[in-house]
Amino acid sequence: MVREAAHTLKKSLLWDLLTTVDHKKIAILYLIAGTLFFGKAGLMAILIRIQLMIPENTFVTGQTYNELLSMHGTIMLFLAATPLLFAFMNYLIPLQIGARDVAFPFLNALGFWFFFFGGILLSLSWFFGGAPDAGWTAYVPLSSRDYAGIGLDFYVLGLQISGFGTLISGINFIVTIITMRAPGMTLLRMPLFCWNSFITSILIVFGFTPLAAGLALLMLDRMFDGQFFLAAAGGNAVIWPHIFWIFGHPEVYILVLPAFGMISEIIPVFSKKRLFGYTAMVFATILIGFLGFMVWVHHMFTLNLGPITNSIFAILTMLIGVPTGIKIFNWLFTMWGGKLRFTTAMLCASSFVPTFVLGGVTGIMLAMSPVTHLYHDTYFVVAHFHYIILGGIVLGILGATYYWYPKMFGHCLNETLGKWMFWIFYIGFHLTFFIQHILGLIGMPRRVNVYLADQGWDGMNLISSIGAFMQGLAIILLLINVIYSAMKRPNHPVDDPWDGRALEWATHTPVPEYNFAQVPQVRSLDPLFYEKIHGDGTMKPSEPLADIHMPNGSFLPFMIALGSFIAGFGLIMKHMDAWINPYIVVVLGLLVMFGSMAVRSWKEDHGYHITKENVEAMEREALADERNR
Amino acid sequence: MADHLSEPFEKSAMTNEERVKTEREMRIQFIAFAFMIALTFLAFIAVGAEVAPPGFVISFIIFLAFIQLFLQLYYFMHLKDKDHGWANTFMVSGLVLSIPTVVALILIIGVVKY
Repeated sequence: MVREAAHTLKKSLLWDLLTTVDHKKIAILYLIAGTLFFGKAGLMAILIRIQLMIPENTFVTGQTYNELLSMHGTIMLFLAATPLLFAFMNYLIPLQIGARDVAFPFLNALGFWFFFFGGILLSLSWFFGGAPDAGWTAYVPLSSRDYAGIGLDFYVLGLQISGFGTLISGINFIVTIITMRAPGMTLLRMPLFCWNSFITSILIVFGFTPLAAGLALLMLDRMFDGQFFLAAAGGNAVIWPHIFWIFGHPEVYILVLPAFGMISEIIPVFSKKRLFGYTAMVFATILIGFLGFMVWVHHMFTLNLGPITNSIFAILTMLIGVPTGIKIFNWLFTMWGGKLRFTTAMLCASSFVPTFVLGGVTGIMLAMSPVTHLYHDTYFVVAHFHYIILGGIVLGILGATYYWYPKMFGHCLNETLGKWMFWIFYIGFHLTFFIQHILGLIGMPRRVNVYLADQGWDGMNLISSIGAFMQGLAIILLLINVIYSAMKRPNHPVDDPWDGRALEWATHTPVPEYNFAQVPQVRSLDPLFYEKIHGDGTMKPSEPLADIHMPNGSFLPFMIALGSFIAGFGLIMKHMDAWINPYIVVVLGLLVMFGSMAVRSWKEDHGYHITKENVEAMEREALADERNR
Repeated sequence: MADHLSEPFEKSAMTNEERVKTEREMRIQFIAFAFMIALTFLAFIAVGAEVAPPGFVISFIIFLAFIQLFLQLYYFMHLKDKDHGWANTFMVSGLVLSIPTVVALILIIGVVKY
């Protein structure tokens, strides 16, 4: 077996995953960690729906309910959706642009471990006196030290650490896309998933920095007696929602743009047509990214900021509907007259379009500042953003899972189970959230743990809960499908099961660690499809076969992130009755962190080479494998 | 292959032309630095002398700040040089995004403080 090059072959699986800097393995790590957090936050959602199933339920207390809903939102946005999207971005960006790895493989691993330890730190809060309970927005004064307990300390530091990871990965993707594209892969030949990931990464760099600043201010307030947000001491509580939403609104686009990209990859393949209006799609994405920064006040319409402010931001918000509409119509026109194949991936992708339109329409309704006072803090808002996040992002991720699973793991997921999953999920989703529009309009407020009977809410809440259980069932079906398909997998891996168009389907499966033995020459948009029509179906190489330079694996990313985790936990210990001085823990953590950075800086590491002979042997083996199928 | 990566080079790999260019670059850096120091002095004097009305002084030193910003980015951080197109794009788009945000924030919070 020459397929794995000599260096990784010597390592055990665990040690390989802990030290890997290979973008494909990091993607798998993101996928696993993201799925675990997704399962956890999904379970919280089920608990919330059990509590709200019948009036005046006593399933959980009010305090636990607050913790559940805060953690559900925080985990879903920061620790489930982000890493799941990062998994696909990590796996696909280098493959789709024809690169051997991301620009900074070490930083890639560092980003993952920062995210992972930040998530662990946040989750530890359950065991140390309760999770954060001020909602995922953590508005002051509710989250200030006067009102919120130790859970908010975990929120502040956990998000700070995982935010570092997200920022690092964002910068990494930007540099990768700018500098590492294969010859001929001009910007306007890039697959739309790469374009959307590129814009997302820019939004991350410009959006997560205000969040880091805001969290730092909140940390100073909570731990070092700062007064930024304490009105009694001369601070100003309104600054927090501003900072939070200057980050928070772009965050929505950070999550939804890669999902748009996935849909734009899946729909052309299963319509057997090139994407309609590619250039318009690219510029619509850029425009959405820009406008995303100009609308944050629409989350604060009821904060009494004055009619002029509100109308400016209302109009800017409605403007976003224009580029989004361009995208919706382009997807429809791509399907129009196409040779449609409704696999599970295509079912998810095509049903994404009407669901997202529903979420967009309620978004425009909420953007009208005069009427928004009626919807404010009702279930209408909950329904709106779940249509965007679940009906948009999660459907996109599910579709992408079915679509790219064969490239990642060498075999397709079972289609029958997949279609069952899709329909149960889709019907369950609409049962849960469509009815919440009506619940909101007849006055049910969000973030309440009990409601009185006979207000006309009982039946609708029951239906909503039943829908939530169906979605849970669908996700369990997906897990069953993963295990079932792995057991039933064919002896030989599949290379290109969907008749793909982009460059990732030109690689062998499993993808060798160097991705492309020779970096391909790109001649058109949808390069592989172009070669299938005009060439012999394989990519032309742009360089002679030669030794391939690879980065060495390293345990240091794990250690750096572990150091930050220990330091963060030490800071939180300030508010615990600890048997050890918290500052000792902080200093210890910082020593581990900066010590590992010092080792990284001063230890020379030039990587290694896979020799030309080895590459040739690996390629021969892969080709022989393909002929045997 | 690649056996002597850690050893220092014996002599510079630059051509004579490149060396002349680097020296000229160095001179430009010094001039820009002196100019920036002068601008900073000017700002201090404008405030310290207390001759002009505050409204004028504030707008004057903000104007100076923008010149400083330009000098810092383009001369000190090499944005004027060739092959800095992407860095330029990102700097400019960062400014385009952040300036309206900061201005709006100041206007809004100024109205509703407390």
